Amino acid sequence: MAFLEVKGLKAFYRQVEALHGIDFEIEEGSIMTVLGANGAGKTTTLRAICRMVRTEGSIVFDGKDLTGMPTEKVVQLGIAHVPEGRGTFVRQSVEENLQLGAYTRNDKKEIEADIERVYEYFPRLRERQKQQAGTLSGGEQQMLAIGRALMLRPRLMLLDEPSFGLAPLIVKEIYEIMKRIREQEGTTMLLVEQNANIALNLADHAYLLETGDVVMSGESHVIRDDENVRKSYLGY
Amino acid sequence: MTRPNRITPLLLIGFLVAIGIGILLPQFYPDFVTYQLTLAMAWGIAMLGLNVLTGYNGQFSVGHSAFFAIGAYSAAIFIEHFGWSPYAAIAGAALCSFIFGFLFGLPALRLEGLYLALATFGLAVATPQLLKFGAFEHWTGGVQGIFVPKPAPLVEGLTPDQSLYYVALGITIVLMVITWCILHSRSGRAMMAIRDNPIAARTMGINMPLVKTTTFGISAMYAGIGGCLYTYASEFVSPDAFNFFIGVYILVGSVIGGIVSIPGAIVGGLFIVFMPHVAEGVSNTYPWVPPPWAVFGVFLILVIYFVPFGVWGAVERGLAWTKRRMAG
Amino acid sequence: MELFFQLTLAGLAIGSIYACVALAVVMIYQATDHFNFAQGEMAMFSTFIAFTFLTFGAPVWLAAVGAIAISFVAGLIIERVVIKPVENAPILNQIIVFIGMLMILNNMAGWIWEFTIKPFPSLFPSDWGVQSELIGPHHMGVIGLTLIVLFAIFLFFRFTRVGLAMRAAAANPDSARLVGVSVSWMLALGWGLAAGVGAIGGILVAPIVYLDPNMMSGVLLYAFAGALLGGVSSPFGAVMGGMIVGVLENWIGHPALSELLGFKMNELKLTFALMVIVIVLLFKPAGLFGRVVVKRV
Repeated sequence: MAFLEVKGLKAFYRQVEALHGIDFEIEEGSIMTVLGANGAGKTTTLRAICRMVRTEGSIVFDGKDLTGMPTEKVVQLGIAHVPEGRGTFVRQSVEENLQLGAYTRNDKKEIEADIERVYEYFPRLRERQKQQAGTLSGGEQQMLAIGRALMLRPRLMLLDEPSFGLAPLIVKEIYEIMKRIREQEGTTMLLVEQNANIALNLADHAYLLETGDVVMSGESHVIRDDENVRKSYLGY
Repeated sequence: MTRPNRITPLLLIGFLVAIGIGILLPQFYPDFVTYQLTLAMAWGIAMLGLNVLTGYNGQFSVGHSAFFAIGAYSAAIFIEHFGWSPYAAIAGAALCSFIFGFLFGLPALRLEGLYLALATFGLAVATPQLLKFGAFEHWTGGVQGIFVPKPAPLVEGLTPDQSLYYVALGITIVLMVITWCILHSRSGRAMMAIRDNPIAARTMGINMPLVKTTTFGISAMYAGIGGCLYTYASEFVSPDAFNFFIGVYILVGSVIGGIVSIPGAIVGGLFIVFMPHVAEGVSNTYPWVPPPWAVFGVFLILVIYFVPFGVWGAVERGLAWTKRRMAG
Repeated sequence: MELFFQLTLAGLAIGSIYACVALAVVMIYQATDHFNFAQGEMAMFSTFIAFTFLTFGAPVWLAAVGAIAISFVAGLIIERVVIKPVENAPILNQIIVFIGMLMILNNMAGWIWEFTIKPFPSLFPSDWGVQSELIGPHHMGVIGLTLIVLFAIFLFFRFTRVGLAMRAAAANPDSARLVGVSVSWMLALGWGLAAGVGAIGGILVAPIVYLDPNMMSGVLLYAFAGALLGGVSSPFGAVMGGMIVGVLENWIGHPALSELLGFKMNELKLTFALMVIVIVLLFKPAGLFGRVVVKRV
């Protein structure tokens, strides 16, 4: 059985069905990306895993069925979600944001060490540790969001468009750090992106969503070489 | 049901039958019941005002007791100090409370939702103290209040209570019809547009400040007329008779009757006058039953959980459901 | 001049009580975006619970602590049972629920303990602290205790894990859930704390205004005025606002002012609170210490 196994997943916003029964799975230690245009259901897929939308179908993580759990329970299993819009606690300091990321943990010493580790990945955050997080730039807030997720010591990280609204240079910096995280921590990641190019570079596997259905899946390089994908998502 | 009904034959017949019953009632009941029914209409008119303000215009007030008091006191003062007839005093009281409501509506323009509720809460809490205020004592009678004799019967052969009852009935009918007409006019649609989507309403060219303050004025006027009739029925005004809980009662009646409705106000008025007696009877027989107003508090919360559209809203839904069933 | 200082100190004492209730109001406002119109009645009910302990012979401090603890639990339960169903309901429904609670608490208190006025002892013995012409022992104790309580609450929110989680849950519930915070429990906890702080306010004010089911309506109005003046988005502001309103209220009662104006100003104290509310809302909605909240439309 795969690490995360999703079968026949439908998701609803009130009466509107946003996902029409999708299947996918992720192996432990791999990075998978979900590509698609606006409204394809990428964010909904992540929200479904974290139990923030009403769903049908099954979501099994490491042998446990998530569908009956509240969000905070899912988090306790080691699933960290870097949400759309970064989810910064704007009035709290950078350091408090990181502490919140470790809310479910009780090992004070280890938490201190992990904060250090996050600062090593993102030295910019160390410079701003006492600053109110709302005053950070978009890129820094994105780093903070990833750092907050790392504080959980996640077994699975869900990332919702980390490139959104950021300058290309910053995006590059962030993705490079994600690559390092992957190498050093071996964290399994489920990455949602509109920027297909950069996501396919990082990911091992990719799924392509179109208005609530999976239309294509496979290894990243296969997807990248597909004629249609190239035209519609990569733009060359 | 967020829009007022259109006139259907059923509705018209129902309304006429209700008026007929209203006219006949005092013939079958003693003066005390007639007096209670008058009180119910006085409350009902105030609740109608709150329905217009909150139900149809989306402005909150937990302090309609203040406008109730304005109407009551201004009528009492017109009669006591200026020697007006009680009927002229009703018109005077209506005008006074309209002006007061319109003026309060001005600052209320800048207060949204909760904040407006808070400001009206403050108004209601402060009202009794203002009425007692020493500098106004000459006019308001201070803590003592003012005695207002029950108006002499208009028609020979009626008791004062019956006469006042018919006056109240007439006013109630007229105000209900006027309300219906307002709600079906252009201004009425503007009121509801503001309630449903203030921003869109503004972009549609509705003069929002004017509509909102005028609505506040009208609502306060209704409350004032209600307060005036209440005073005539109970024959005196005093500061503590207009405490914060009067505002609560008006709100409770509105919500239970159905705050987005016209007839619901009458249901609410009847509730406020008659239910406490019923409940008191129950708690006198069974001492473990909590006092009426505590029970009503629970009842109110349950109503808002399960039937937030109130009694009249439920009636309307029932009728609509039957109609659909009969149609197919 | 001495009278002026007396009035100011007494104002600070009363203001401390308003500050407690204002803080309770703001805590709930921050957690769930409600103005708890029943906050005063909750505090009143708590005080009656303390009163009941007293009639059973409990020492006054124990009675107070017991009542505060019960209030905390009751606040928690009220949030879970009564408030949760209208969490996402229209504002009107929420207001109605608070009004319903107010009716229930007020009338139940009258039913259980009757509507007659009762004396309530001070937590502070009359030979307590510095004996001074300027301030009585109860007032002095009120100021001291309030400061201690407020400081403890500050420490709790600033430095504990749960305090941080409560702030996070209030500020950004979705994000808080995503780091594993049980937001609904945090909100309930906020209600519990608010009920506890409010209870302290009630127990401190009862020796001054006497105990009866309607004792808190005026206090709540001043507390609202204080909370708005300081800024509903700022617990610190609410505390300061409560203090300021208390002092201003007492200054207004100064005989010299009444003499100057030709009528008794202290008959208009509630109107004064109303004016503060309306003026702040009109001209400085964020209050003196609050942040301006920009609402997206």
